[in-house]
Amino acid sequence: MRDPIPSKAPLVDCRGVGKSWDTPGGVVTALDGIDLLVDRREFVVFLGPSGCGKSTLLYLIAGLEALTSGTITSGGATVTGPGTDRGLIFQESSLFPWMTVGENVTFGLKLRGMGAEERRHVADDLLRKVGLGDAADKRPDQLSGGMRQRAAMARALALRPEVLLLDEPFAALDVQTRSKMQDFLIEVWRDSGASMLFVTHHIDEAVGLADRVVVFTARPGRIKSIVPINLPRPRDPRSPEFHALSDHLTDLLRDEVDRAFAEQERVR
Amino acid sequence: MKALPLTASAMPAVVPTTARRRRAARGLAVVFWWVLSLGCFAGLWEAAWALGLADPLLLPPPHIFLARFSDQAQAFSSSDVIGEVSSSGAYMALLTTIVASSLRVIAGLALGFVCSVSMGLLIRYFKPFGNLTLPTITLLAPISPIAWLPVAIFVFGIGNPPAIFMVFISLFFVMTLSTISQIDSVSRTYLNVGAIMGASRRQLFLHVIVPAILPSLFMTLRMNLFGAWMVVLVAEATGVGSGLGQIVMLARNTFNSSLSFFTMTLIGIVGFLFDVALRQVQNRVLFWVPPSAVGRL
Repeated sequence: MRDPIPSKAPLVDCRGVGKSWDTPGGVVTALDGIDLLVDRREFVVFLGPSGCGKSTLLYLIAGLEALTSGTITSGGATVTGPGTDRGLIFQESSLFPWMTVGENVTFGLKLRGMGAEERRHVADDLLRKVGLGDAADKRPDQLSGGMRQRAAMARALALRPEVLLLDEPFAALDVQTRSKMQDFLIEVWRDSGASMLFVTHHIDEAVGLADRVVVFTARPGRIKSIVPINLPRPRDPRSPEFHALSDHLTDLLRDEVDRAFAEQERVR
Repeated sequence: MKALPLTASAMPAVVPTTARRRRAARGLAVVFWWVLSLGCFAGLWEAAWALGLADPLLLPPPHIFLARFSDQAQAFSSSDVIGEVSSSGAYMALLTTIVASSLRVIAGLALGFVCSVSMGLLIRYFKPFGNLTLPTITLLAPISPIAWLPVAIFVFGIGNPPAIFMVFISLFFVMTLSTISQIDSVSRTYLNVGAIMGASRRQLFLHVIVPAILPSLFMTLRMNLFGAWMVVLVAEATGVGSGLGQIVMLARNTFNSSLSFFTMTLIGIVGFLFDVALRQVQNRVLFWVPPSAVGRL
């Protein structure tokens, strides 16, 4: 067990985080000098143009990639690899096709040695919470995209993570499903008491969900600005305050998107 | 307005019947093309014979080599008693011969599959073991299984073992290399999910990598099925002393072209049934692979 951390201390602490890759064309710097504190129960959204390294930062925090410079701690412990205190939800469907939905949801518990009967109960319980009460015996390919992502969420929640890392989880969904899933995610966030780190390039999604929006520059990814969103929930996307914040973020992003676009054109 | 409830109540009854009818029609179409394809092939052959282009002694058409079924079956009887002709015993011998060859193929394939997949997993699980064995395996892989035949006979002598060994060796190296490349191409996301869920290296191999690679390995197994039949026939023709391969050799030595074509027909049918059976196993065991990816008739 980890030492109890005073609730004032930040949950995730990134200091001077940098990440670069050696490629045949030279060293590519994805992230540079990232300093970021995430509080317990906080909802932080990473917003930036595609290829700015925001997903890379998420993977670094998850422990799936190694840092080039700096340190990351989670719950006071230095991140050296993946840990079950940090759940991760991927952009694409990541359920194992060879397991039923119920088996997928309790996969982490199986690895910890929980018995089949108990797992069955936990699976039913978790799936009911994400609105998939009767899906335990179905196969992943029998679910819709939105249902699959909810099952993936149930799987992450099964291990009671302190922070949930979400890598553009709704990018592949249609607009209506996406909006439903955002409402749903807020519920999950409230119930679980976990912090959320959510990567997106959708400005309205960021304003709709976040306590704070971290805006990234184009490559190399740096933090351009951190914008607090002090709107009460549930948020109305048609309210003037929502629009004002959305416009502000659009202005912040515009230069970066232009730069990222110019770079992509040059590469081509 | 009146028509609406009527169609609504009629719909559930109508949909399954049309679906069933459509499936029946598709099945019928498959049968039709099978018959037509075989009919054309046999027809051309028969026409060549009728026009005197195909010598019935060298290339007897189907109606000749299939006609004397009981006579042909007689050749499969291992008891070489001159003058003794009992057709029931001959049919039994025919069946025994087919079963003998089939069991050799099954034993070789099963042994080869288990050993090569285990080998591939060990190579990737224990790095030093992989470094130690992989160069040798890479070098042995391109050697034709036929070249192993003398070795099989030196080591195992006569009987079932050399034939089974031949099937095993024809599968082992290909499958081992295929297993390794499948392990290397397991989706990054699946491995990440395993790692995030707290899987140890052993658990990652057992619960993620093995189920992820099984479907394509089964596909490789199916593709090697015909190769397995080929080597078992060669082994039987040269040293085993029984089986379909031996009958082919007998036909060659006695200049019995009818028997040769008759045996070829049997080999074709048995090989086809094997593929159907393997496909069934694939559908049952690998339930998560959609039927379209398994390959249909």
